[in-house]
Amino acid sequence: MAEITLKNAEKKASTFNLRRKPRLGETIIQGLLFFSGFFSIFVTLGIVYELGKEALLFFQMPEVNILATITTTEWKPHVGKFGIWPLLTSTLITTLIAMAIAIPLGMSVAVFLSEYATPRVRTTLKPILEVLAGIPTIVYGYFALTFMTPILREIFGRDVVQIYNTGSAGLVMGILILPLITSMTEDALSAVPRSLREAAYGMGATKLEVALQIVVPAALSGIAAAIIVGISRAIGETMIVAVAAGAGPNFTFSPFVGAETITGHIVRISGGDLSYDSIDYNSIFALGLFLFFVTLALNIISQAIVRRFREVYE
Amino acid sequence: MKEKTIVQGFANNLDARNRKGVIWHVIFQASTVVGILALIALMLNVINSAFGYVAYEARVDPDSLAVDGTALEEQSKEQLVALLQSTLSSGAYNKLDNEKPFVDRSREEVFQLVVERIIRPQVVEVWNLWPSLTQPDEIRATVTKDHPETELDFVSWLTYDFVTRPQTSEPFTAGVRTAILGSLWTILFTILLAFPIGVGAAIYLEEYASDNWLNRIIQTNINNLAGVPSIVYGILGLAIFVRTLEPLTSGEVFGLVDPTTANGRTVLSAGLTLGLLVLPIIIINAQEAIRAVPRSLRNASFGVGATKWQTVWSHVLPNALPGILTGTILAVSRAIGETAPLVVVGASTAISFDPDSPFSKFTTLPIQIYQWTSRPQDEFQSLAAASILVLLVLLLSLNASAVLLRNRFSRRF
Repeated sequence: MAEITLKNAEKKASTFNLRRKPRLGETIIQGLLFFSGFFSIFVTLGIVYELGKEALLFFQMPEVNILATITTTEWKPHVGKFGIWPLLTSTLITTLIAMAIAIPLGMSVAVFLSEYATPRVRTTLKPILEVLAGIPTIVYGYFALTFMTPILREIFGRDVVQIYNTGSAGLVMGILILPLITSMTEDALSAVPRSLREAAYGMGATKLEVALQIVVPAALSGIAAAIIVGISRAIGETMIVAVAAGAGPNFTFSPFVGAETITGHIVRISGGDLSYDSIDYNSIFALGLFLFFVTLALNIISQAIVRRFREVYE
Repeated sequence: MKEKTIVQGFANNLDARNRKGVIWHVIFQASTVVGILALIALMLNVINSAFGYVAYEARVDPDSLAVDGTALEEQSKEQLVALLQSTLSSGAYNKLDNEKPFVDRSREEVFQLVVERIIRPQVVEVWNLWPSLTQPDEIRATVTKDHPETELDFVSWLTYDFVTRPQTSEPFTAGVRTAILGSLWTILFTILLAFPIGVGAAIYLEEYASDNWLNRIIQTNINNLAGVPSIVYGILGLAIFVRTLEPLTSGEVFGLVDPTTANGRTVLSAGLTLGLLVLPIIIINAQEAIRAVPRSLRNASFGVGATKWQTVWSHVLPNALPGILTGTILAVSRAIGETAPLVVVGASTAISFDPDSPFSKFTTLPIQIYQWTSRPQDEFQSLAAASILVLLVLLLSLNASAVLLRNRFSRRF
C-alpha cells in the first residue's frame, strides 16, 4: 500500500516537469509582436531609401547642379533653375514669426498654469488649450487667409501687404504651436519639486521670484526641448503656408509679400497629377529628404538636451 | 544694529518687488487670455462666414418652369427628367445618362441637376453673418440699387442637404457627402494598418523587449518618427503605395481594373499612408496605457502558472484597453484632420461619385476645405467655412467619445 502511494508520487513528480516547455503558439505570437515592434524601423528605412533614391536621381539630372542649388537664389523648375534659397528664406521667416509668438506666449501661459493658477482654473484652461492643439491645420490656414491677412492689410495698408503673405501664415502658425510649447513647458515646470519652491518662499522670495529665478532655471532643459520641438514643428508645418503664404518661390525677407516655403512648394507641385520621373517629381523627394533630416536633427537635439541636462531630484 | 539695516533694506524694495510681481502676474494672465481669444476668434471667424445674406440671380426663373400649375419643387422625378431632356442638348443629356442612368438617380439628384443645368443661380455677392445681422437694411439697399435683378436671401451654407449632397462645382448645390465618405473609407484602412501593428509594437516594447541596443533603437526610432512632418509621410506614400505597389493599391492584381488605366491614387493608398503617420502616436499612447497596469497583476497571473502571452492577453490588455482605445481615437482624429500627405498622395480634386471600394479615387473633408479655400470667390469661402464646421463637429464627437471612454472605463490601481 505504502509502495503504491510512493509510486504515485513519483509519477506525479515526473509529469510535473519544471523545465520550460517549448510552446509553438507563444513563439509565433512573440515573433509577430517583434515584427510589429520592428515595423517602425522599416518605415524609417523606407523614408531614407525611397526619398534618398529619388533625390539622387534629382541631383543626377542635367539641369541640376548641387553647387548651384545651394548658392543661387532662384527656384524656377520650368527654366531649370533650382536655387534653394527662396524656399529656405520663406521657411525661415514663417518659422521665426511663429516662434516669436509661440515662445513668449507659450512660456507665459505655462508659468501661469503651473505657478499661479488655482487647480480649478487649471483644470478648466488646460482642455481649452488642448482643443486649440486638436484643430486641423487646414482650419488654421483658412483662419490665416480670411482673418489674419485682412487684419494685417488693415493695419499696414493694402498696398504694402499682399493677399498672400508669409506674415499672416507665421502669426497663425505661432498660435498653432502655442499649445505644444505650453504643454511641454508646463510638464517641465511641474516636475520641479515643491521643496525648491518652499525653500525660496522661506527666504522671503515673492511668487514671481520663485517662478522666474527658481522654477524656470530648474526646468530649463525641458523648456529648451520644448522650443526646439516647436521649431521643428514650424518648419514641417504645411497647410497654413500652402493656403496663406502664397504660390511661387520668392527670394525675399519681407513678411508682407507672398513667398513659398519648402512644404508649401511640395504641396503645390504635387497638387496636380504629377507624372513619375519628371524633374518636379524628383525635386519633391529631394526637398522632402531635406525636411526629414532637418526635423530629425532638431528632434534628436531636443531629446539629447533632456537627457544630458535634466536635473534629477530625489 | 546690523540686523535692523538688513530688515530695513528688505522692506525698502519690497514694494517694488511686489509691484513687479503684480505686473508679471498680469502679463502671464494676459497671455493665457490671448490664447483663449485666438481660439474664440478662430471659431467666430468660421461661423461668421458660414451664414449670411447672398445676392444671386437665376438664368432661368424657376417660376417659369412650372407645369400645369405644379411648382418646380413639387414636380415628380419623371417631370424633371422630361424637363432636362427638353431643355438640354441631346449630347449633354446623353452624357449625363451615361455617367449614371436617369432611372438609377433619385428625385433629389435629378432636381439638383435641374438647378445646376437649367436654373443656374449665379452668386452676385456674399455677406458674412456679422454685417448680415447688424446692417441688413444697408445690404438690401445696396442690392436694389446695384443689382436690381437679383434675389437676396439669408442663407445658412451649413444645412442638412449640404452634408448629404455629393460634391459639385456649383456653390448652391455643392455638398460634402463624397468628402465625408472618402474620409471614412480612408480612416478604415488607417485603423486596419495602424491599430494591430501599433498595439503589437507597444506590447512588444513593454512586455517582451529586454533592455538591449536593438530595442533601444526601436524605441528612439518611434519617438523620432512621431516628430517627422506629415508631408514627408505623404511623399513616402507616393513612392511606395501609389507607385511601387500600384498593382495592389489600384486593384489590378484582383482583376478589378484594366492594367493600362490602373492608378494607385486610391482610398487604399491614402489610408495606408495615414496609417504610417499615426502609427508612432498609437504606439506611444498604447505603451503608456500598458505601463499603467500594475506589476502585481502580472505577478499574480504568473504565480498561478499562466504563460507570458496568457498573462498579456487575459490581464494586461483588458486593463489597458480603455487607455489604448482613447489613444487610438486621438490618433484617428489627427488622421481625419490631415491634409498635406493626402494632397501629395494624390487626392482627386473633382469627383462627384461616392467612393465604393478600396480602389476608388478619393477626396476627403480637409481636402475639400483646401480646394474651396483656394478659390478666390466669397461663396467658396463660405462653403469652406461650412465644411470646417462639419469637420470640427466630427472631431469634437470623436474626442468627446475618447473622454467618455476614459472616464467610464479607466481604473485606478
